[in-house]
Amino acid sequence: MTDTLILTPQQIIRKKAAGEPIQPDDSEMIQSHTIVVLVENSIGAFIRVINMFSARGFNIDSVTVGVTEDPTVSRMNIVTTGNSRIISQVLRQLSRLVDTIEVIDLTDTDYVERELCLLKVCYNRDSRSEILDVNEIFRGKVVDITSKTMTFELRGPSKKIEAFIDMMASHKIVEVARSGRVAMQRDS
Amino acid sequence: MTYDEHTKVHPVTTGDSLPEVRPEITSTSQMMSGAEILLRSLEAEGVKIMFGHPGGAVIKVYDEMHRINPEFQHILVRHEQGGTHAAEGYAKATGKVGTVLVTSGPGATNTVTGIADAYMDSVPIVVFTGQVPTGLIGNDAFQECDAVGITRSITKHSYLVRDIKDLARTVKEAYHIARTGRPGPVLVDLPKDVLLAEAPFQYPETVNMRGYAVPEAVRPEKLQRAARMIAESKRPLLYVGGGAVSSDASDSLTELARYTGIPVTTTLHGLGAFPEEDPLSLRMLGMHGTWWANQAVQHCDLIIAVGARFDDRVTGKLDSWAPHAKVIHIEIDQSCISKNVFADCAILGNVKTVLERLLPLLDPKDTTEWLEQIDVWRQECPLQYQKDDKLRAQGVIEKLRDKTGGDAVVITDVGQHQMWSAQYFRFLYSRTHITSGGLGTMGFGMPAAMGAAFGMREIGSSRPVVCISGDGGFVMNAQEMSVAAAHKLPIKLAVINNRFLGMVRQWQELFHMERYSHTDLSDTNPDFVKLAEAHHCVGLRANTPEEAKQIIDEAWEVTDRPVLMEFSVAKEEMVFPMVPAGAATGEMITDRMTPNSFV
Ligand SMILES: Cc1ncc(C[n+]2csc(CCOP(=O)(O)OP(=O)(O)O)c2C)c(N)n1
Ligand SMILES: [Mg+2]
Repeated sequence: MTDTLILTPQQIIRKKAAGEPIQPDDSEMIQSHTIVVLVENSIGAFIRVINMFSARGFNIDSVTVGVTEDPTVSRMNIVTTGNSRIISQVLRQLSRLVDTIEVIDLTDTDYVERELCLLKVCYNRDSRSEILDVNEIFRGKVVDITSKTMTFELRGPSKKIEAFIDMMASHKIVEVARSGRVAMQRDS
Repeated sequence: MTYDEHTKVHPVTTGDSLPEVRPEITSTSQMMSGAEILLRSLEAEGVKIMFGHPGGAVIKVYDEMHRINPEFQHILVRHEQGGTHAAEGYAKATGKVGTVLVTSGPGATNTVTGIADAYMDSVPIVVFTGQVPTGLIGNDAFQECDAVGITRSITKHSYLVRDIKDLARTVKEAYHIARTGRPGPVLVDLPKDVLLAEAPFQYPETVNMRGYAVPEAVRPEKLQRAARMIAESKRPLLYVGGGAVSSDASDSLTELARYTGIPVTTTLHGLGAFPEEDPLSLRMLGMHGTWWANQAVQHCDLIIAVGARFDDRVTGKLDSWAPHAKVIHIEIDQSCISKNVFADCAILGNVKTVLERLLPLLDPKDTTEWLEQIDVWRQECPLQYQKDDKLRAQGVIEKLRDKTGGDAVVITDVGQHQMWSAQYFRFLYSRTHITSGGLGTMGFGMPAAMGAAFGMREIGSSRPVVCISGDGGFVMNAQEMSVAAAHKLPIKLAVINNRFLGMVRQWQELFHMERYSHTDLSDTNPDFVKLAEAHHCVGLRANTPEEAKQIIDEAWEVTDRPVLMEFSVAKEEMVFPMVPAGAATGEMITDRMTPNSFV
């Protein structure tokens, strides 16, 4: 592609306004991104990262934090959405913070992601076996049971968790606790 | 979409250059109080001046200051906000880091405006705030406030020092962060028990922050790409911002522009980076920029942004800004790249270094046709105001320009007078124009001028310091006049008195059907001459152009204290040309007769 074909955002907006055709441009596409941020292991560092998202109006869909193999470093896994321009701003703003050691956008790489979900649902004699069937299909674990409720533990990619919750929604869900996504790049 | 400019480099150790004079004590095995460690650290950092105000949480620091008489000067300001602006003025005039010391609670909150101002305008200052003892933090103790929390989104970085062992290292890091990369404010919160504790003192030689890297290596392929784009362009334009001033790139920029023949327009903060009397200078662009600079933006085919961030006061409506231009962006802060305007070629690095590396790749260009076109625009709509027997703000600024020949440090406040100063002073040298641009803080001018004057004195410069304020903003920090007087600073304080919050009045006239709601100051303005005299300064007043010239001459005779010159000017005067907020840069209001659809 030659230089002249690359449109600036201004040009895109202008062309749209004039009703002229524009090539599909990925900068308009909104996508979910999984970003790993390694930060100094301190509350201050964690807050600065979160604060940056709110101060600049970026989304956070989920965030997890925990210490890494190096006890002075925490790893944050952040899931955010935006078009590529917004995401590139997110990455630049994150990198710019003094306490961030490394920022990696896993989205277009080969990575593993997991989330943990605890889900408590009401059951009765009629629904009991159907609920357990769903759990069976998703390979969840029953971690608690009373005469009225069952609590399941489910691990897996966020999509699977969402599908599980969707399936359970036809019953009476009492409580859902999700850990947020953790992710790691695969070695090639 | 490429993220190639997005860098978070792995562990780096940066050796800082040592301050010129190393004091005797940078390390001792003797026990020292935290307060003394702080002072010794500042000495080791080469700090020459500090603006501060005492209080309970920092009383130990003041006590140690009294006892050891450190190698720097402490200036007792009369309001902590004034202290922060003074530190900014000092930093901007000298290129060094400004230092502020205040107490906890209200002392800390009073610095918030100055910190935010420094953040928006990338001014290197370090603010030390006292804090309640660590054991009381979170208990709503007397004069407790979460200074780090309050300032988190307006500092480049901040610290709460919980352990005396970390104190010296923290000071070292704070100055390093404030000064390097894109400069900015750093806050260091000091609990009282840390200041009272004792420890041996050792000032670190280097900083070691694995998360903080300043882009140093410029990527050669980017330079080549930029050179190609410049060679191919027919109507190139250099758009220069504050980054060119803060990296002291003025000489390199001037050389590059003259060698290639590319015209230069600057932002408010770029003023002075390129001599405005050079034929290649198009003066300032943007909301109150010149007609011809804005026309050049709208018609150029290449914008070379140099340490500028495409602020909305520059671009107006983004989607119609510079419609034909490709963009080269030279910038130290990766987050500025492609934030508002997409950069076809982004060069991350120190502006001065990049310009120096770029120049050898460039050839002189034939821009005659382009410059002739710009000259047509220049004739079309020159900067002008009505010249009659009335005293007008623009005339006052021209008189100040005549008096100094442009060889002065001009500090302005915020409002119409600020824009007229930018339009009519014709700046020639880097670091001679200091203003609050990003935050637009009324009350900035007077204390910043004081800080700049201390800076000029420190570096042994005889350049006069001239502060141009409005009647509204001047009173917001007028208390610092007596501090400047006590230190015999010969600052020239010009108060452009239009008896109005002029800039708001202008918007009310243009966009709110002349409903002058709460902008008339005639009932609440002080008597400025008396105000000056009450603060041990000289006060002078002018109502006519002749008197103006007279009092300027008189003011320049005073060398042992500040002089306030009150210029009583017409309130109806407007700042033109103007791109209304949110309008396209092409749609400028050039005078009262321009039909405007923004009402
Ligand atoms: C602290 C603060 N409050 C309010 C404003 C909004 N504001 C911008 S310009 C202006 C008027 C300034 O009046 P004056 O100082 O007399 O200057 P003039 O415009 O008349 O030259 C105001 C109120 C501001 N910039 N800063
Ligand atoms: Mg006024």
